[in-house]
Amino acid sequence: MAELWTGYVWPVVIIIAEIIAIVLPLLIGVAYLTYAERKVIGAIQLRKGPNTVGPFGLLQPMADGAKLFFKEIIIPQGASKGVFLLAPMMTFTLALIAWAVIPVNAGWVLSNINVGVLYLFAISSLGVYGIIMAGWASNSKYAFLGGLRSAAQMVSYEVSIGFVMISILLCVGSLNLSDVVHAQEKGVWFIIPHFPMFIVFYISGLAETNRSPFDLPEGESELVAGYMVEYSGMPFALFFLGEYANMFLMSGTITTLFLGGWLPPIAVAPFTWVPGIIWFALKVCVLLFGFLWIRATMPRYRYDQLMRLGWKVFLPLSLVWLVLTAGVLEVFGLVPN
Amino acid sequence: MIQALIFYMFAGITVASAVMVISARNPVHAVLFLILAFFNAAGLFLLLGAEFLAMVLVVVYVGAVAVLFLFVVMLLDINFLKLREGFLTYLPTGALIGAILLVELVLMGGSWKFAADAPLSVSTRTPDMAMITNTDALGRLIYTDYIYLFQASGLILLVAMIGTILLTLRTRPGVRKQNIARQNARTRETSVEIRKVPSGGGI
Repeated sequence: MAELWTGYVWPVVIIIAEIIAIVLPLLIGVAYLTYAERKVIGAIQLRKGPNTVGPFGLLQPMADGAKLFFKEIIIPQGASKGVFLLAPMMTFTLALIAWAVIPVNAGWVLSNINVGVLYLFAISSLGVYGIIMAGWASNSKYAFLGGLRSAAQMVSYEVSIGFVMISILLCVGSLNLSDVVHAQEKGVWFIIPHFPMFIVFYISGLAETNRSPFDLPEGESELVAGYMVEYSGMPFALFFLGEYANMFLMSGTITTLFLGGWLPPIAVAPFTWVPGIIWFALKVCVLLFGFLWIRATMPRYRYDQLMRLGWKVFLPLSLVWLVLTAGVLEVFGLVPN
Repeated sequence: MIQALIFYMFAGITVASAVMVISARNPVHAVLFLILAFFNAAGLFLLLGAEFLAMVLVVVYVGAVAVLFLFVVMLLDINFLKLREGFLTYLPTGALIGAILLVELVLMGGSWKFAADAPLSVSTRTPDMAMITNTDALGRLIYTDYIYLFQASGLILLVAMIGTILLTLRTRPGVRKQNIARQNARTRETSVEIRKVPSGGGI
């Protein structure tokens, strides 16, 4: 009995507690990211943004959530019911489970696996299913077109994301995300030697999360709302939250790969007093602000331009950079291990 | 005990979804079940300690190949009831292929049972998993002992890719395309002209 407790029950309790410790701040962050987005865009457009519900409109996300929760879930006639309801759940779940491998502080990671980078890549490549399933199951032209667009877009940009990740991994010599951060502790943050790839990764991240200026899957001027057009109530809310959680995930990935994760900018006294998780959160916030800023300033890309950028600019660029990185590491004898 | 339970869960779902792939009426549902089968196969790899293979299975098969599958199946406009009509005529061929695959599987399982030390006699042995990681072991094997085979498989894929592009590439006349370089090369002088227009005169 005691063995059952120490061997099986207690570890499960610990893991569940850790999952809650990751997911709860993330969900609060997601809720307040929607608020921050409206405030930031409001400020950029010289408006006030939400300011009525609670002080400074701070309770607005709760009000929105409550509204969506009590709305009726409408399933269109001719829709494939199971797939229709599965799609938003999948989008949301995938955005959350990737956090299992991201280290938010030294040793603060749910699962310190050896293939962390590959796991992140695998999860982000699964993200397309939620959208393509939603597009197909809705049994509507607009939704279907949105789904197809999104599938082509995400598959295209994944290729260059993969190559950028390989360039980073060459400098680390391990697929473990904690090792990626430790490698930056000894040298410089990878944003400095890999600056062009940071830009490529950030823009590909925008395309991967279907954010403006690459939000063609939901382009409201032509596709109404794309794959989301038939959704209402909680399924819609899950898509919406999934999109924002994906932004968090992408920012977390970029922070780990390029911005030194939980490390302070300079390892001297006043900076090292601040706990690592604060640094991690700060870096994520800066990147997220970039997402919002871009949304408020950039016009949407045309679809052929989007494809051209992915295949004809980013792919050759990241491939050349990969060869260059390997060459430099080999010639100067910097290969890890 | 837990490991065995998880194994039976993954294996059971893999087999069940594989059965659904061939019995689902809707082709899109069939592809979705195929994806579920891939996913659970990745879970089985994980249980074996082959974490790299598991992740690559998800990245390549689920993340790329199956997406394109789904793409094609959704876009095809085929009457799938008609496809089912020829079921009996194709049955012998299908059964034969199935039987061959089954025999091969049984033979492989048999060698496992009857020559249990066969894996030990191969020239490149599996390295000790406690010493190096999965990715490291695979890398050493592929990029040292089997480098030529690896490069050759890459070349085959390249040839296949070029062939596909050659077969499907067609240049249609009269399609306007954007030439980004030419567009960027335009200057104010070459594109805009400001003139004083006398009223009633025109240019």
